[in-house]
Amino acid sequence: MAIFYILLLFMIIAAIIAVETQDLLSSVICVGAIGFGGSLMFLFLRAPDIAITQIVVEVLGLIILIRATIARDLTFIIGDREFFGMVVSMVIIFVIFLAGIKVFETLHPFGAPIFAEVSDAASQTYIKEGLQETGAANLVASVILDYRAYDTLGEATVLFTTIIGATVILRKRAKKLLEEPDV
Amino acid sequence: MTVIVKTISSWVKVLIFLFGIYIIIFGHLTPGGGFAGGVILASSYVLLMLAFGREFVEENLSLPVASRLDCVGALLFAAIALFGLFFGAASFFYNYLQQEYLADKETALRLVSAGTIPLSNIAIGLKVGASLFLVILVLSIFRPEPSGKKEE
Repeated sequence: MAIFYILLLFMIIAAIIAVETQDLLSSVICVGAIGFGGSLMFLFLRAPDIAITQIVVEVLGLIILIRATIARDLTFIIGDREFFGMVVSMVIIFVIFLAGIKVFETLHPFGAPIFAEVSDAASQTYIKEGLQETGAANLVASVILDYRAYDTLGEATVLFTTIIGATVILRKRAKKLLEEPDV
Repeated sequence: MTVIVKTISSWVKVLIFLFGIYIIIFGHLTPGGGFAGGVILASSYVLLMLAFGREFVEENLSLPVASRLDCVGALLFAAIALFGLFFGAASFFYNYLQQEYLADKETALRLVSAGTIPLSNIAIGLKVGASLFLVILVLSIFRPEPSGKKEE
């Protein structure tokens, strides 16, 4: 359990640095460090499928962010924050923190499964009859591609639509840029 | 980029691509699956794009070809699901290959097992890889300069 607290402290420090620093490159690298800490936490919670996906998508997202920020020559954030906005956001965060303490007292300890004590939950069926019914040794793959394949279809549709939207919008700008004459 | 980066990345890209294919195909036996493997496939092309520039990669796998691969992956996934309507219990996403042909055989940890699950993994891996490669290719064409004029 101590490793979870260490990783949590690491992610919190990286998040504070990402917000407070004035250099854009440092801020982007700290966002990448938060994703890396999250992937380590998934690994220690015994979920290797999510850990693989998290680390690879986070590296790709980091590359996109670096390309988007370093292309400008203004890589420093200059200016002060306004006082009233900061006070209001601190008050809201404090209220949510107080409510959160009350809620999190009723949950199980971190990393312990909730449905292991309910004997007729759906997860018990997946564990007992997963290999027999689907033939897949990886129970996670049998859940996302056989028992709950409809959710995977929804996720694939969302990804497809997002990529098509981004490609159409950016292609129109790129074509117009390629066609205009050099000044 | 320097000569060291170009040489090493032209050797390493094959290993990354092979590793992505391994994660996709063994998705029903070891952790991974279609989504993680597809992202690894896309990242091998991103490595090439960072080392050699956008034009080099665009000659190899251009924008229309990538978007057609993306659509083929999505259609393959939907077709695998629709064929379930013609067998047995006649429901969408029915794992017909497992229930009809493989249910009595002992294929627990073999590569050829679990019916339509590896086929779905291959379709999703193709789709996710082509999608992410497409996004990074289009984002690298459109990159704004600070003086207000946009560069190519």
